[in-house]
Amino acid sequence: MRAVHDEFHGDLLEVSMGPQHPSTHGVFRMVVTLDGEQIVKLKPVFGYLHRNHEKIAESTSYLSSMPYTDRLDYLCSMSNNWAYALAVEKLGGLTVPDRAQYLRVIMAELTRLVNHSCLVGFLFNDLGTSFTPLLYAFREREKILDLFESLSGSRMMCNYQRFGGCRVDPPPAWLAAASALVDNFPRFLDEYETMLTGNEIMLARTQGIGPMGAAQAINAGITGPCLRATGVDYDLRKVDAYGFYPRFNFRVPLGAHGDTYDRYMMRILEMRESVKILQQAFRELPAGPIMDPKAKLRGFRPKVGEAYGRLEGPKGELGFYLISDGSTNPWRYRVRPPSLINLTLLEELCLGRTIADAVVILGSIDIVLGEVDR
Amino acid sequence: MNLETLPLQLRNAIVDLFPPALQWFVHHLLTITVILTVFGLFFAFTTIAERKLLARLQNRLGPNRAGLPWFPKLKLWGITQPFADAIKAITKEDIVPAAADKVLHFLAPVLIVAFSLLGFAVLPFGRNLIPVELDAALLYFFAAGAATELAIFMAGWGSRNKYSLLAAMRALAQLISYELPLILSVVPVVMVCGTLSTKAIAAAQGGWTFGLLPHWHVFTPWGFAAFIIFLIATLAESNRSPFDLPEAESELIAGHLTEYSGFKYALFFMAEYFGLTALSGLGVTLFLGGWQAPCEFLQFIPSYLWFMIKLVGMIVFFIWVRGTLLRLRIDQLTRLSWKFLVPLALLNLGNGAFWALTPDWTGPLVLARWAISAAIVVVPFVLLGRRLTAGQAPRSYRYA
Repeated sequence: MRAVHDEFHGDLLEVSMGPQHPSTHGVFRMVVTLDGEQIVKLKPVFGYLHRNHEKIAESTSYLSSMPYTDRLDYLCSMSNNWAYALAVEKLGGLTVPDRAQYLRVIMAELTRLVNHSCLVGFLFNDLGTSFTPLLYAFREREKILDLFESLSGSRMMCNYQRFGGCRVDPPPAWLAAASALVDNFPRFLDEYETMLTGNEIMLARTQGIGPMGAAQAINAGITGPCLRATGVDYDLRKVDAYGFYPRFNFRVPLGAHGDTYDRYMMRILEMRESVKILQQAFRELPAGPIMDPKAKLRGFRPKVGEAYGRLEGPKGELGFYLISDGSTNPWRYRVRPPSLINLTLLEELCLGRTIADAVVILGSIDIVLGEVDR
Repeated sequence: MNLETLPLQLRNAIVDLFPPALQWFVHHLLTITVILTVFGLFFAFTTIAERKLLARLQNRLGPNRAGLPWFPKLKLWGITQPFADAIKAITKEDIVPAAADKVLHFLAPVLIVAFSLLGFAVLPFGRNLIPVELDAALLYFFAAGAATELAIFMAGWGSRNKYSLLAAMRALAQLISYELPLILSVVPVVMVCGTLSTKAIAAAQGGWTFGLLPHWHVFTPWGFAAFIIFLIATLAESNRSPFDLPEAESELIAGHLTEYSGFKYALFFMAEYFGLTALSGLGVTLFLGGWQAPCEFLQFIPSYLWFMIKLVGMIVFFIWVRGTLLRLRIDQLTRLSWKFLVPLALLNLGNGAFWALTPDWTGPLVLARWAISAAIVVVPFVLLGRRLTAGQAPRSYRYA
């Protein structure tokens, strides 16, 4: 017996995109079922980069986990460090000196610039440019990574934050260089936007593609620029007011459609706001110590208890949940990875779209497999 | 010695060395050899030019290491890179997937190179340099060009790879969609010139107004519109960005080339550039005056050099486009063709007819002729363009 269709249907084609594929941002794999070019089913498969991050952190001291957090979202090591430090500081009741608070904001916002310029570049690569926008984005990113390297010794694995402060105090020359870079950054954004934001092909490829509803996004636990693109005003820098963020004047851009174009524009607008935060931070940076004198890095034993530290990472809410049993190791260590949680809506966004759209939607969600797989 | 007729004199001198019975054979063999050599080298240097230019557009240096063997100190800005690439491509292992259709997999690269070379036979490279004088040269050119689609589908089907198959289907949809505007954009030229012969079309664009403004077709309203349609269709026909869907790297790995390696891959690569060069050459012939000099006083430069200069200009334009634009989606690509380019090309057909019927309008009527001709293409361009981009605009955002 054969099923009778009232219209022409061909066979479905199952394509395994990844883990080796040019645009799955690492080792992500999508098993897509295609009807022609249309996606009828999409199954995300991950875990190829699983490194046992959480278990390793539970079997080592609090300080030793700090460099591991660099490897979570390897584009944003500074933010990862800070989120972990926040959790440990809550657990141990540590305070952070003013100068260190400002330095943390500077590093986190520079990281946001790195992450967003990278994302925007890769998004255009997914949209089919031959690397030109990506390389221009990388030019700016490299300048910031050079700063990170001269300060922390590593371009991407900075291992800079400590619970109770920061590791090294930047010399005045570093601050001057960073300040000059930040002042020049809007020029890059203007150039970028002139070339690309209004481009007809860009508009046709992104507007109305993969729209996410506000309720849908909240139900799925989406955070960060993807959530704000749907029009939900939720930025942890304002909601939690962690660090010294209440002292800074910045606005939170909000989208209306939640589609790929809005997600792209959120990144661009957030970069512009980050520049404002950075300029203010360089102006107001106080002198003083950068570590809490009470903080004991080696052999740190917090009291029995639990703490959840979270911050607005470039990709969304990055949280660390720690349970202490009074020993030198955390009894439980858990990461809330924004990449993984933002990825959960992928199939819903892609169904009925073509394979070309799926690649772009994945690119606009912004994932890093180091964080998804941990 | 006359530079203009130098190639012909050389050919005749060589042909005269042979007995009369063999002369026709040597004559054609020489022509074929010269085309293969010149455009083979042209292809080689196009690849390095593309890589260099793209690199400069992207704030990089591009390949600059390859020099000459035995002269390690000589770097030559890397212009010998294509030869290094060729050696690499030849010496690489040729991998054929176990499940592939061996015959089709082998035949596809061979056929695509053969078909893409056929077009060169009817291009007038200079005042007297045309390999084959055909009365229906344009028909022949498009017939030969259309056969490459077959080879692309053979590659996609024969590879037994899902990405290749998807790419092959995309390629067919794309090439068929764009064959139409490509040919329709050429028809007005045929109407105005009254001939299908490329030689006659190039010759018809001779002459200058005030010795400065050449009478090329691109400098007429219908010719300009046809040239733009031709350019867009050429981009699509030769699978170049923003129409490089069959080999969309971010989606389909390398499309129909996914399962090709080594020299077979190089053959596809070569065919793509041959196709692009042949189409550019046709564009130069039809719209940019072929071998004609742009100004009267520049005629001392041999005609074949003018042809080459214009050809290089076209290629550089295509490289520039590749370094700049994003890729369309397959449905947008076909929509652009059927809802925008084809209607516009059809209207332009009428425009060409109008131009062909009114060559004797003089005095103030010349202005009217230009105005009517321009209106026939500009008004539909604006209206159709608006419909094409309806609902798309940069947005403004609110802040919390």
